[in-house]
This record gives sequence, structure tokens and C-alpha cells, in this order.
Amino acid sequence: MTRRSLTAACTVSAVLWASAASAEIAPADVVWEDEIAIPASLSGAPGDPDAGRIALSSRSVGNCLSCHVNSDMPEHDFHGDVAPPLDGTGARWSEAELRGIVANAKRAFPGSMMPVFYNDNPADYIRPGNAYTGRAYDPETFSTLLSAQEIEDIVAYLVTLTEW
Amino acid sequence: MKTITKLWASAAICGAMLTGMAQADPHPTAELIIEGELHLATRAEPPEHLGGALPEIYSGWLFRTDETRELQMDDFDNPGILFTERGLDRWEMADGATEQSCADCHGDVESMAGVRAVMPKVNEDGELWALQNYINNCRTERMEADAWGWRSEPMKDMTSLISLQSRGMPVAVHMDGDHAPFWEQGREMYYTRFGQLELSCANCHEDNWGRMIRADHLSQGMSNGFPTYRLKNASIVPLHQRFLGCIRDTRGETFAEGSPEFIALELYVASRGLGLPIEGVSVRQ
Ligand code: HEC
Ligand code: HEC
Repeated sequence: MTRRSLTAACTVSAVLWASAASAEIAPADVVWEDEIAIPASLSGAPGDPDAGRIALSSRSVGNCLSCHVNSDMPEHDFHGDVAPPLDGTGARWSEAELRGIVANAKRAFPGSMMPVFYNDNPADYIRPGNAYTGRAYDPETFSTLLSAQEIEDIVAYLVTLTEW
Repeated sequence: MKTITKLWASAAICGAMLTGMAQADPHPTAELIIEGELHLATRAEPPEHLGGALPEIYSGWLFRTDETRELQMDDFDNPGILFTERGLDRWEMADGATEQSCADCHGDVESMAGVRAVMPKVNEDGELWALQNYINNCRTERMEADAWGWRSEPMKDMTSLISLQSRGMPVAVHMDGDHAPFWEQGREMYYTRFGQLELSCANCHEDNWGRMIRADHLSQGMSNGFPTYRLKNASIVPLHQRFLGCIRDTRGETFAEGSPEFIALELYVASRGLGLPIEGVSVRQ
């Protein structure tokens, strides 16, 4: 397990390194299809499902389990249940749709409680803070909740969830 | 069209999930009886102004574990009671340039019965004040002593003591007249989706009470138990500290404890619990 996460972590940094050179799409430049889907990779690079698995479950990264149950992750305690289970999302949605949902779920589900993970414009929020400090945001550091590559990795993992 | 089918699929899962969720609901039968004598209702008819948003209103006590619930049923086990005992010493202690104590003006602390139940309340100058403001007003104007900080130990002791005098009395805040604009302001805040996570109080406490957000069991976010002894903090937690934490968790910029905004929110949140008895001091995880 440790070795596996280590390898995954190395892969993430390698991919991140590589993507710096390739064409990352900034949040404001994302091209949507059918309102809810994003066909092109946000980082310009493919996602890594193992890294995505870690990003999705990690409290400091995706923290998706705070709202979603995911039966594929029995090793994690306390899955929240304010949102539908992630089981079978890979069968219900295309990769482009999943990218759209993770980037901005409020397009597929208007008014959704699910946060927008790919928007770096503080003007779109009411009293945005500086992470979890409770203080006002810092224009120098305000960023998307997930990086382009983290979203790609999470999407690559979600497409593997075909059973439910 | 395709999308709609998929939305239905997730809705179906949602439904299945809801039926299997019984253990996350508020405790169905537990009764809050203090020292085997004082029965505090933990369920009540929702106030009319909620317009059916909640089918019944519940004390946060019903959402806690058996162990936490039991601590509140015995004053010896309830660590918040220690704060009220220290509060009683302070009640009788002369302080400030006038060398007076609370007792010198107010007599027995039982004269404070009912005070907590109507807080926050509009003062003579038309401002909405919380219990802390009234306490500090006595200290600075009448005793000529220093004001206590919102989160200071003496303020925790005194608010705990005064709340205890209203234990069992139903929340009775005013919403009309002078109070109306503050109530409206608080209501507006309750439904505002703050922070980068864009979450309102209602998202968690109106739409999802009874569900789990990771390891946290969401209650209806009622304030009748405050000040509350929180095991995690090993101290009394004033209501505004809780508000601050809830807004911080939205990756939002919070308001200050004691700010006019939080006092307005306090009034609105209290009005959602009209009918539930004051529990102060309660015990939460
Ligand atoms: C604060 C709650 C919350 C968080 C955090 C959250 N989601 Fe969601 N998510 C929802 C809700 C609620 C829905 C259902 C759509 C709706 O009704 O709004 C949803 C729907 C989805 C769907 C579609 C599910 C289906 O079967 O149709 C996917 C996929 C998804 N979320 C993935 C994620 C991922 C990945 C993360 C983390 C990066 C995440 N969610 C974080 C609340 C959340
Ligand atoms: C992201 C979810 C979330 C949001 C948004 C949120 N809260 Fe909470 N709140 C919690 C959790 C978790 C707890 C602890 C468990 C419980 O009592 O519900 C809590 C507890 C409380 C409590 C204590 C209840 C008790 O019985 O001890 C109050 C009062 C409260 N919240 C009010 C609010 C108000 C007012 C807002 C908006 C400013 C708000 N909350 C926003 C998650 C949230």
C-alpha cells in the first residue's frame, strides 16, 4: 500500500512536471459541450487513475468522501451521504461529462451543493476566504480547489467505477 | 435527453440510499431528563415562519452519541456545570471602580430566569444586543470595570450561569417590531451560500440534517443548547464561535464574534428553535 501510494505520488509529480510545458486550460478558457461536458483534458495530459484515487479520498485534496459514499474505498472510514454514491458513475457518464461535473457540477445540477472545483475567480463567490483560515482571500494565492491535473486524475479514476 | 435518464439513475440511487440511512437520523425515542427530574423536550412543532421547511424541530442533543447524550443528563458529569459554579463566584465578587458585584444590583442569580430565553434582544437605543453585550454594559457602565472578551473565561462562566437560570424555559425571542429588520438580516444570512465552497447554513442544517458529512452527523443547527460544552474543545463554546467555525468550513471569510451580523444571525437561528427549551449548558461532541 505504502509503496503503491509512493509510486502514485511520484507519478503525480512527474505528470505535473510534464504538464507545466503542455497546454493547460485556464478555468476561464474551458470549452463546454452540451452545457455540461468538457471534451478536452484540462491539463493537456492524460489522467492517472491511481493518483486520482488518492486525490479523491484525501481530505486535503478532493475530500469527495465528505459527501459521497464510494464502495470501492472500504479502507476509508466515514463516507458522507449528502450526495449520491459514486458507484457506477463511470457507467452512467462519459469521461467528458465526468470532467464537466468535477470541474463545475452546477452546470449539470443547477443549485447543487457540490462545490465548483475549477474556478479561480474570487468575484464569483460571496466572502471567499483564504483556504480554511476564516480570513479574507488573498488575491495572490486564490486558486481553483483542484488543479487541472488533479481533476484529470480524478476523472481517470471515476471512469473505472462502472459497477453498481 | 440522455442526461435526463442519467439524472434519474442517480436519483434512484439517492432514494435507495435514503431508505438505508435510519441510523443517521436523530435518535427516535431518547428523552432528555436531567438528574432524573427535569424533563427537557428535544422535539417540538416547527414555528410557522419556517413554512414547512422542517417537519419537526429537534435539539442537537438527539443527533449525538449515547455517551455524549448521557453526559448532559447528570449535572455532576456535565463539565459545563463547573463553568456555572465559577460564574456564581463571579456573580458575588465586587469588581471595578464602583466596587460592586452583580449581586449588589440584581440580588439572587435566580432573578436572571428567562433572560437567556429572549436573547438576543433590542436594547433601549434600538440596537440588537446579545447576552454578552448586556453583561459587558453592566461591567463598563455600572461597575466601571473592563469589558470581558467574547471568548474569555469570565464571559463563558457568566453566560453559562445566566443560561442555566432559564433551563427548561422555551426559546422566546421576538421577531416583530424593532426586531424585524435584524431577523430579516439573519434570515438572509442563513440562506446565503458563503465561501469558495458556496454553502449556506440551510444547505447543511435544513436540507441535509440527519445525514453524515464525512464523520459529522448533521443536526438542524439549533441554538437552544448554547453555551455548550464541546468535548472536542474541552471548553464552553459560545454560539458565535460555532458560527465562525461553520462559515470557516465553507472556505469563507467569517464575521467577527460579537459582530452585528452574527448577533442578527443569532436572532434568526434562535427563532428557528422557538418552542424548544433552553438547555444551557448542553454537552456536544
Ligand atoms: C458538498 C458536497 C459534495 C462534495 C464535496 C462533492 N460532491 Fe459530487 N455531488 C454532490 C451532490 C449533491 C451530487 C448530486 C447532484 C445534485 O443533486 O446536486 C453530486 C454528484 C456527483 C456526481 C454525479 C453522480 C451520479 O451518479 O450521477 C459525480 C461523478 C460527483 N458528484 C463526483 C464528485 C467528486 C469527484 C468530488 C470531489 C472532487 C465530489 N463529487 C465532491 C455533492 C458533493
Ligand atoms: C458544511 C456544512 C455546514 C455548514 C455550511 C454550516 N454548518 Fe453548522 N454545523 C455543521 C456540523 C458538521 C456541525 C456539528 C454537528 C451538528 O450539530 O450538526 C454543526 C453545528 C452547528 C450548530 C450547533 C448545534 C448544536 O446542537 O450544538 C449550530 C448552532 C450551527 N451549526 C449553525 C450553523 C449556521 C448558523 C450556519 C451558517 C452560518 C451553519 N451552521 C453552516 C456543519 C455545517
